[in-house]
Amino acid sequence: MTNFAPDTILSLYRTMVRIRLCEEKLARAYQAGKIVGACHTYVGQEAIAAGVCQSLRDDDAVFSTHRGHGHALAKGVTPRQLIAELFGRASGCSGGRGGSMHLFAPEVGLMGTSGIVGSSILQATGAGYSFQLLNTDRISVAFFGDGAVSNGAFHEGLNLAAIWDLPVLFVCEDNLYATEVPFDYATRNTNVAARAQGYGLTATSLDGNDAVEVCAVAGEMVKLCREGKGPALMVCHTYRTRPHAEGMRDGGYRTQEEIDAWKQRDPISRLRQTAVEAGTVTDNQFAAIDEEIAAEITDAEEFAESSPWPDPATATEHVYGSTT
Amino acid sequence: MSPREISYTDAAREALAAAMERDPTIFILGEGIGERGGNFNTTVGLYERFGPMRLRDTPICERGFTGICTGAAMTGTRPVIDFMIVDFILDGVGELVNQMARIQYLTQGRLKMPVLIRGCFGIGSGYAAHHSGNYYSLFVNIPGFHVVLPTTPYDAKGLMATALRSDNPVIYLENKSLLNCRGPVPEEDYTIPFGEAVIRRLGSGLTVVAVGAMVPLTLSVCDDLASEGIEVELIDPRTLAPLDLSTILESLAKTGRLLVVDESFGPCGIGAEISARVMELAFNDLDAPVRRLNGEHTPTPYSPTLEAAVIPSAARIADAIRNLAAD
Repeated sequence: MTNFAPDTILSLYRTMVRIRLCEEKLARAYQAGKIVGACHTYVGQEAIAAGVCQSLRDDDAVFSTHRGHGHALAKGVTPRQLIAELFGRASGCSGGRGGSMHLFAPEVGLMGTSGIVGSSILQATGAGYSFQLLNTDRISVAFFGDGAVSNGAFHEGLNLAAIWDLPVLFVCEDNLYATEVPFDYATRNTNVAARAQGYGLTATSLDGNDAVEVCAVAGEMVKLCREGKGPALMVCHTYRTRPHAEGMRDGGYRTQEEIDAWKQRDPISRLRQTAVEAGTVTDNQFAAIDEEIAAEITDAEEFAESSPWPDPATATEHVYGSTT
Repeated sequence: MSPREISYTDAAREALAAAMERDPTIFILGEGIGERGGNFNTTVGLYERFGPMRLRDTPICERGFTGICTGAAMTGTRPVIDFMIVDFILDGVGELVNQMARIQYLTQGRLKMPVLIRGCFGIGSGYAAHHSGNYYSLFVNIPGFHVVLPTTPYDAKGLMATALRSDNPVIYLENKSLLNCRGPVPEEDYTIPFGEAVIRRLGSGLTVVAVGAMVPLTLSVCDDLASEGIEVELIDPRTLAPLDLSTILESLAKTGRLLVVDESFGPCGIGAEISARVMELAFNDLDAPVRRLNGEHTPTPYSPTLEAAVIPSAARIADAIRNLAAD
C-alpha cells in the first residue's frame, strides 16, 4: 500500500466506483426493461480491470469478454458511451450495433468485448504480433475467465504468443464458475499459472479482490511485456456477486453463504479501509469521489435516455469497407 | 510482343511478392510457408526476400492463427493466412464468421479487416474426404467476406493484387487442378475489380455459368457442341461475393436459357442462389427452367472410379447442355 502514491489509490478507487455504480444502474435498467438481450455485470471483480488498466497507455490494446463493462470503463470508455450502448442508442460506443457483449472503442484501445469465449486471447495475441512487426513498444491485454481455460483458444493463443515472444499480458479472472459450471469440476488442475508456465510464460496467481496487489503485479508484467520479455499471465482469484447475467436464476450451483463470504472481501471497501487505516488517503477524499461518480452516472443515464435511436436506414452500413 | 506464359501459382505469387514489397505491414502465417515455400509453392522464394517476421510457420492450430490474424488486422497490419488445403479452414470458422467478418460492422467502419485467406480446394486426384472440400457457398452466405475463385493465371495475379489492397477479408480459393496451368501474364502489376465476370466464350444458344475448375472443363466441350449447332456462351463469375449478376442477366436476355455448372453441393449452393436471383429479376427472359449441374451431395470418396462418379465430367456437362438446348 505504501508503495503507491495517494493519487494512484484514488485513481483505482475512482475506476472501481465508476464500474460499480454503472453496473448497478444497468442492473436496475435491465429490470425496468430498458435493456434487451444479455447483460453480464462485473460487480465484485472491479479491482482487476482497474488494477490492470492503471498500468496501460491509451495506445495499448485491450480485448475483453462477455463480462466486459468493467474493462471498457477502465480503458477509458465513458459511462455515457457504455449506458447509451446498452440502451441501444446511436451515441453508444458501438453506435447501438453491439450492446453489452460487443463494445468497441478503438480510439481508447478497447478493441472489443465478445460473446464468444476465448476469442479475446487470440486477438490480443494477434495485436501483439502487429506491435512486434511494427516495431513499437505497445502491448496488448487479453481478459478472460476461468471458463476460457478449458477452451482450445487458451492453449493455442498462449503457445503462439510464447513461441514468438509476443508482448501480450493474459489476465485470467478466475471467479470460480463458467456460467454455473464450477472450475474445479471443469478441470483436474485448477492452477492456471502452472498451465501457463507449462507453455513457457511468466505467470503468477494473486488476490483479484485486492486492487493494490493487482495493480502492482500488472505493473511489473506490463513492464516485462513492453521490454520484449513477454508474454506473461496473471491469474486473479475473484468472485461475481450478481448472477451470471441479469434476469437469470442464480440458484442451484452456489450457496448464499459463499456469496456473503465473498461480499466481505469487496474490493472497493477493502481499498478504502486499508488506505484510511494506513493514513495514505482520508475518508473525506473517498467520499468526494463517491459523490462525483454518482453524479457522473446519473448524468450518463440521462444522456443515454435522451439520445436518439439509430436510424434504421443505417442498419446495413459498414458490412464491407472499401475494395479499391 | 505477347506476354510471357507462367503458371497459375507463379502468377499469384508474383502479385503477393509485389504487394509485400510495397506494403511492409503484410505478413503470412501458415504451415510450412516459411523457408520451405509452402506445400503448393505459394511462397517459394519469399522467405529469403522478406524474412521470418513476415513469413511465419505455425503449429497446426487453425483456430489459433485465424484469431491471431483477426487481432493483427485490427491493430494495423495486413495478414495473409495460407491454409494450404482449404478443408483446414473449418477448424477456424468460428473466428472467421463470428469475429473477422463482423468487426467492421460492429465498429461502424472504425476498424478495417484487411485479411487475405487462401487455400486450395476441389475434388480430384484422390485426396478424398478431408482434402477435397468446396466451401465457397458457405462464405457467400455470410455478410462481410469477398469470395474469389480465379481460373486463369492472368486472373490469379490480378485478383490477388486486388485482394491485397482491400479493406475486407477475402477468401481466395485456388482449385488444385488449375495450379499448374499456364497462360499469358503481364509482368507489371495490375488489378482486376471484384464483381466483374468475364465471358470466356461468346455464343447465342444458351448461357452457362461455371465455377472454378468447371470453367475450363466446360470450355473444352464447347467446340464439339458448336459442331452440333449448340452455341454456348460461357460466363466465369471470377468472384462469387460480390457476384456480377448483370453480366449473367445480359447473356440470358440474349440466349433465354441458363445452366450453372458447379462441382460443389447443390442444396443452398451458388447455383441455387443464381437460379433464384435470375427468376426474381428476369423470369420473362427464360425460355426454359434454369438448370443446375452439381457434384453429388456426398462426401468425396477416394477410389478413382468413385471419385469420378461424384463430380461433373466433360461428358455430363455436354449432356446437360444438350438437354437444356432441347428443352
